[in-house]
Amino acid sequence: MIVRGHETLLVQGITGKQGTFWADKMREYGTRVIGGVNPKKAGQVHLDLPVWGSAVDAAGDTQVDASVLFIPPLGVKAAALDAIEAGIPKVVIMTEHVPVQDVMYVMAAAREAGTKIIGPNTAGLVTPGECFVGFMPAFNQRIFQVGNVGVISRSGSLGTLVCLNLVQAGLGISAFVGIGGDPVIGTTTRDALQSLDEDDRTDAVAMVGEIGGKMEEAAAEYAAGMSKPVAAFIAGAASPPGKKMGHAGAIVMGASGSYEGKKAALEAGGISVTPTPSFVPGILKERLGASA
Amino acid sequence: MNFEEHAGKPLLRAAGLETPPGGLATTAAEAARLAGDIGPCVVKAQVPTGKRGKAGGIALAASADEAAAAAERIIGMTIGEYQVEKVLIEGQVPIASELYAAVLNDPDSKGPLILYSPEGGMDIEEIAENHPDRLMRVPVDIRKGFDEAAVRSALPANDAVADDDIVAALGKLYQAYTDNDAELMEINPLVVTEDGRLLALDCKFTLDDSAVKRRLELAESGTPDKLTGLEAKAKDIGFKFIELDGDVGILANGAGLTMTSMDAVRHYGGKPANFLEIGGEAYTLGTEALQTVLANPNVKSLLINFCGAFARTDVMVEGIVKAWKVVQPDVPVFFTIHGTGEDEAIAMVRDELGMEPFDIMDDAVKAAVEAAR
Repeated sequence: MIVRGHETLLVQGITGKQGTFWADKMREYGTRVIGGVNPKKAGQVHLDLPVWGSAVDAAGDTQVDASVLFIPPLGVKAAALDAIEAGIPKVVIMTEHVPVQDVMYVMAAAREAGTKIIGPNTAGLVTPGECFVGFMPAFNQRIFQVGNVGVISRSGSLGTLVCLNLVQAGLGISAFVGIGGDPVIGTTTRDALQSLDEDDRTDAVAMVGEIGGKMEEAAAEYAAGMSKPVAAFIAGAASPPGKKMGHAGAIVMGASGSYEGKKAALEAGGISVTPTPSFVPGILKERLGASA
Repeated sequence: MNFEEHAGKPLLRAAGLETPPGGLATTAAEAARLAGDIGPCVVKAQVPTGKRGKAGGIALAASADEAAAAAERIIGMTIGEYQVEKVLIEGQVPIASELYAAVLNDPDSKGPLILYSPEGGMDIEEIAENHPDRLMRVPVDIRKGFDEAAVRSALPANDAVADDDIVAALGKLYQAYTDNDAELMEINPLVVTEDGRLLALDCKFTLDDSAVKRRLELAESGTPDKLTGLEAKAKDIGFKFIELDGDVGILANGAGLTMTSMDAVRHYGGKPANFLEIGGEAYTLGTEALQTVLANPNVKSLLINFCGAFARTDVMVEGIVKAWKVVQPDVPVFFTIHGTGEDEAIAMVRDELGMEPFDIMDDAVKAAVEAAR
C-alpha cells in the first residue's frame, strides 16, 4: 500500500481543525489534494478547494485515487462506507479509538468492493519528495529523504524515529507505510511487506513491529520468499506481560505475540532483528552491500 | 474493559440465554440468606480474571451454613491481582455435559469469530491444544450477521445435545456480542443439564474500550483497570501511565516510542521505572506528565524522548519547561527530540533549561542509565 505523487487525494473531514491543518500541509508538500467532504458544507470552498457533501458526490465529479479520513471515532463507519461506495481504491483512516465492530463492518464492505483500507489509527503514508497522506513529518528533511528503503510501522512516533535513523546513516526512504496500532486493521504488516517487495523503488525494508497479535509472524512467512533484505525492530521486549500499553495491539497474552516468539519467527524468515531502532540502518547497509 | 461474571450474565439473559438462579453477596450473612432461598448452591468469587477455581475461589455448598462458611473464606482472598469483595451464589445444576462457546473480534478474518466445542470445562487454550478437531471456528460477515447454515454445517458431532439447540444458543450468544460491543463474549462452561436444558454457568465479557463512549451506562457495571494511585491520577488527567520497578524514568510520546525507550533502557543495562506516553490528543499535557513521572520516589534519572509526527515536540517541551519551574527536578534529565517542531523544541531546552538534547536516542538512553547507577 503505497501512494505516489500522481495520485489524487480527497480529505474527508477537511473542514475540521486537524483536517484543515493537515490538508494544507499535504498540499504544500506536493500531494494532489483535490478537495474534501463535509455533508453539512456541500458546495462551499475551503482552503480554496471544493467541499462535497459525500465521497460519492466527489467521485462523481472528478477522479479520486485515495481518500483520507480526519473524522471523529463514531463517524468513521459512515464516512468509510461512503468512500467505499464511491469506488475510491485506497482509504486511509487516521482516527484512533474507533469501535472495533464498526471497523469490522468497514472491512467486510471493503473486501467485497475491492477497496484497500489503511488503518485505523495510522500515522499515514509518505513517498518522500512527492506526497504524503496523514500526519507524518514528511516535510522534515532530517527525517525524510528520497532513497531505496521501504519502512513499515504500526506507530507514528516510532516510525519517525526509524526514518530519522535511516537518514542519519545516509540512507533514504522509498515509501513509508504506517499500518496503524489497532487490533483490527485493513493493511497488515504482511500486506505492506508484499507491496514494498513488489515496488521497483524499494531495495530493502525496515519493519517496525510491536509485541501482541500475530502480524509479524505472518509477515515473516512472506519474507522467507523475498530476495530484498529486511531488518526489523520489535518494540516491547521490556514491557511487562498482561499490561495493555497505549496501542490496543501491544498486549501479550500468554506465549502468542510475545517478543521472543516474534523474534524467533522473524529470524526464521531471514529477517534481522535489532535491539534498538538505531541498529536497523547498519544492518540494511551491510546486507544491501552484500547483495549488490 | 473486563466485566465480572455477575455483570456479564444479565447480558446473556437479555439475549435469551438461560443462567442458574442466583444473587450477589458481600458478607457471609447475605450468602446464607441467598443460599436459604436457592438451596444447594455454588459460591463463586467475583473477580475479572480466570483460574478462579484453581485459586480456591469457587466452592460447593449444600446448605446455608456451608454457603456462609465458604463466603467467609472466599471474601477477602486474593486471586491474581484482585482482592475478592463479593461472591455470586448460584443454584447447583445437574450437569450431563460441558461445552465451550464464544464470540470474539478476530484480527485474522477482520470480523467476528464464533468458537464452539463440545469439549468444555477447560480453557480454550487447552481445547485448541488437545482437541483441535473438536473446536469449531466460524467467521461471520458482521454486515449479514449470524449465519445459521454456516454454523450448522461446521458443528462438531456430539451426543449431548441436539444441533438445533446449539445453533440457537450460539445465535443468542452472537446477539449478546453485537448488542454490547463486545471484544469477547464467552461461556465456559455452557452446560447441558440432565433434563436437557442449555445453561450458561459462567460468562466472560470484555467490552471494547473504544466503544465505551457509546456504552456509558453498560460501562458503569464493568471493572475498572487495577491502578496504583499515581496511575489512576494519570488516567484522570488523560494519559497512560504504568508504574514499573526500575529507576530510569521515561517520558515519551506514542505507545511504540515509549515501549522502544523502555527496551533501549533495558538493552543498555538499566531498568525502566514506568511507562508513560503522552501521544495522541494528550500531547499537550507535558506539565502533568513530568509531575507524574517525578512523583515516583524510585526515579534516579529521567529520559525524555520525543519524536513528533502528529504530536508537536515544541508543544510537549513547552509543557515540560513550564513544569520544570514548579517541580524543579533533582534528578538528572536527558533529552532527545526529533520531528515536528524540533527546532523550536531544541532551542527551548537550550535556552530555558540550559541543556543540550542528544541527537542520537541511544546516546541519551546510555547517559540516563549511567546516571541512575
